[in-house]
Amino acid sequence: MHNPLAIKNGRVIDPSQSVDRVTDLLIIDGKIAQIGHLDQLPDNTKEFDASNLIVSPGFVDIHTHLREPGEEHKETIATGTAAAAKGGFTTVCAMPNTDPPLDTRSAIEFVKNKATREGTIRVLTIGCVTKGRAGIELSDMADLASAGVIGFSDDGSPVVDPNLMRQALSYSKGLGLPIINHCEVLELTNRGSMNEGWISTRLGLQGIPNSSETVMVSRDIELAETTGGHVHIAHVSTAGSLELIRRAKQNGIHVTCEVTPHHLTLTDDIIMSTKAGQDIYAPLTAYAYDTSAKVSPPLRLDSDVQAMVAGIEDNTIDCIATDHAPHSTIDKNCTFQEAAFGISVLETALGSTMSLFHDHGIPIPILIEKLTAGPTTLIGSNLGTLKERHQADITIFDPYASWVVDPSTFVSGGKNTPLSGKTLRGKVVATFLSGTKIYCDPETFSNDSQRTIGAT
Amino acid sequence: MGHSLSTKHLLGLEYLEVKDIEKVLEVGFIFKEILNRPIKKVPTLRGKTIINLFYEPSTRTRVSFEQAGKILSADVINVTPETSSTTKGESLFNTALTIQAMKADTVVIRHPHAGAPYFLAQKLDCSVINAGDGMHAHPTQGLLDIHTIVKHLGSLEGKKVTIVGDILYSRVARTNLWALTKMGAKVVLCGPRTLIPPDFLNNARNTEGHPFASIEVEGDLNLAIRDADVVMALRIQRERQRSRHLPSLLEYSRMYGITSQRMRHASPDALVMHPGPINEGIEIDSDVAHGARSLIEYQVTAGVAIRMALLCSASAEQEPKDQGYI
Repeated sequence: MHNPLAIKNGRVIDPSQSVDRVTDLLIIDGKIAQIGHLDQLPDNTKEFDASNLIVSPGFVDIHTHLREPGEEHKETIATGTAAAAKGGFTTVCAMPNTDPPLDTRSAIEFVKNKATREGTIRVLTIGCVTKGRAGIELSDMADLASAGVIGFSDDGSPVVDPNLMRQALSYSKGLGLPIINHCEVLELTNRGSMNEGWISTRLGLQGIPNSSETVMVSRDIELAETTGGHVHIAHVSTAGSLELIRRAKQNGIHVTCEVTPHHLTLTDDIIMSTKAGQDIYAPLTAYAYDTSAKVSPPLRLDSDVQAMVAGIEDNTIDCIATDHAPHSTIDKNCTFQEAAFGISVLETALGSTMSLFHDHGIPIPILIEKLTAGPTTLIGSNLGTLKERHQADITIFDPYASWVVDPSTFVSGGKNTPLSGKTLRGKVVATFLSGTKIYCDPETFSNDSQRTIGAT
Repeated sequence: MGHSLSTKHLLGLEYLEVKDIEKVLEVGFIFKEILNRPIKKVPTLRGKTIINLFYEPSTRTRVSFEQAGKILSADVINVTPETSSTTKGESLFNTALTIQAMKADTVVIRHPHAGAPYFLAQKLDCSVINAGDGMHAHPTQGLLDIHTIVKHLGSLEGKKVTIVGDILYSRVARTNLWALTKMGAKVVLCGPRTLIPPDFLNNARNTEGHPFASIEVEGDLNLAIRDADVVMALRIQRERQRSRHLPSLLEYSRMYGITSQRMRHASPDALVMHPGPINEGIEIDSDVAHGARSLIEYQVTAGVAIRMALLCSASAEQEPKDQGYI
């Protein structure tokens, strides 16, 4: 057994029990033993000084591409979970679009076993909606459920056939699990590679209209109503989708949704160049066609970003999920049209999310809720909380620390980020999994030897 | 030569200033005279290597570049996908490194993907000329079109230029928009709404500073063409029917074909242009394409002269420049 751990003088924020105060936290045997001022500590207690830092439940990401099995050149369970720990996450949910896909019990067990052996954090699994992600027949969903999946998704692709989606929602309702749909009408996407608008017009790239997403969100809400099933809309990106979800929730339909840090903060003009200014009418430079900003759904307009921020504020959006999509260099070192969709997000998620506090004044507890209790409520998990006797999964961060994104320092195999060279404010200082320190920021610790006395 | 552009590469026309465009036109006029000589050869680019890297089938543009380079005494090497190692799966990145290692002075690239020339410009030290990238740009075509109009009308200031057809997929149209508006022309786009960029159909252009704010979109060809000084027809691809942009080429031809009857609405001396290759009888009638007002063949000749001017500019000694500034 580890020694007890006391995290002292931090601003403890736990939205699951509406805690937000400067206090202490005692961890014994990997569980939260006490929240509150600690006068006396048990023998051999290690202390962590969290003064001027925020102490939060460990972040939970319900949308992570770990790429294993089959695409280990992009990411492995080892590198992906290490990147997650660095980003303040203690739990990630692995998306099943691997090769082979996670559509059987044995595939799920492979990921769980590998994660236990090689992973840094908790890995939960998501099973495929359809066998082989082929969109033809339902996977053995009950078997997958008993293997422990937290939901079903063919993410990367939508469930195209509306009747299949209806049956999936109906069947999974019986299992008490959500269908997580990547909403995209492929015929409307029409092989597009970025948002449809002025930027796609001037770059000569095929645009993806908002309706590509919104039409399927509308369909899925109707089907959730018909079946009583739970549909979770992955990576919402358009103002229209959010408005449909808002109304559906008001009407008591079981629909939830997530938004990514990039859809909360970035717009399509970043594709013009991440190194030049932001004047969308200025001439292009040779840095245009930035493949690191190619993502599905595409980065949209400022009006969509504003709608996402409003969706966080009014609780229409249930959680922030990364859609961490690591790719190897070769997948992005090509023309925009050839480049793979996806951004490596785990290590920048907190910094991007904190910009909603810095730039829009959204209270930090609301943002933490979207990274902790928000996702865990959705998947019916007892993680994401600092309640006593629960797992001591804890993230300690400095919301003001500014740092420059340098992909070469990423732990993730995916260095693909449009934030390269950008300054973010908000940095993880330490991450604990069941009371064990799994990550600490080297800079903070070299500058402040006091904190190095912390737990091991 | 004192004729070089202030830019190292030619990737698009949006960043060219009017003085740059005028400089290219001026040098083009000088070079055009060489094309009329019995011995069409000058030593300007002797010892320079130009690589024509064509990832898309093209006859007129590739031959035009090749001829321009050869008249200037450059060593011109044509690389096409059929003969290159791209069929063996070599990436554009590795092709770029290979070209770099061969010490080419200028690379002319045509590629089906928008932005491919930008990709090369980032990776290569030599000059890059865009010979057409996806539906993005075709700057040498844009400059030869401007050259053709200026030669015949004296200037573009206040002139009405009507572009008819598949604006959505036409890199020629998209490039010309930048150059024509910079040169003071009044541009009208005409075509079925399915072939106009969606961004041109809503009020997005009513924003301050939008470079295309003055461009008009008109669905009725007779109105679009009224009093036009220049009518530019675009090639309509047969696949637009399969891709559901058009009911049929016949209907397109009825609605948007340039006929001598319709040309009556235009200014009496209106010029007729087409970037080629022509679908005669579909987007333009034979009598118009080969009529007195047609400059279609002139455009081809002007193309060689303009490309000579651009190759000279690209191969000229350059001050080292920040790659970010094209």
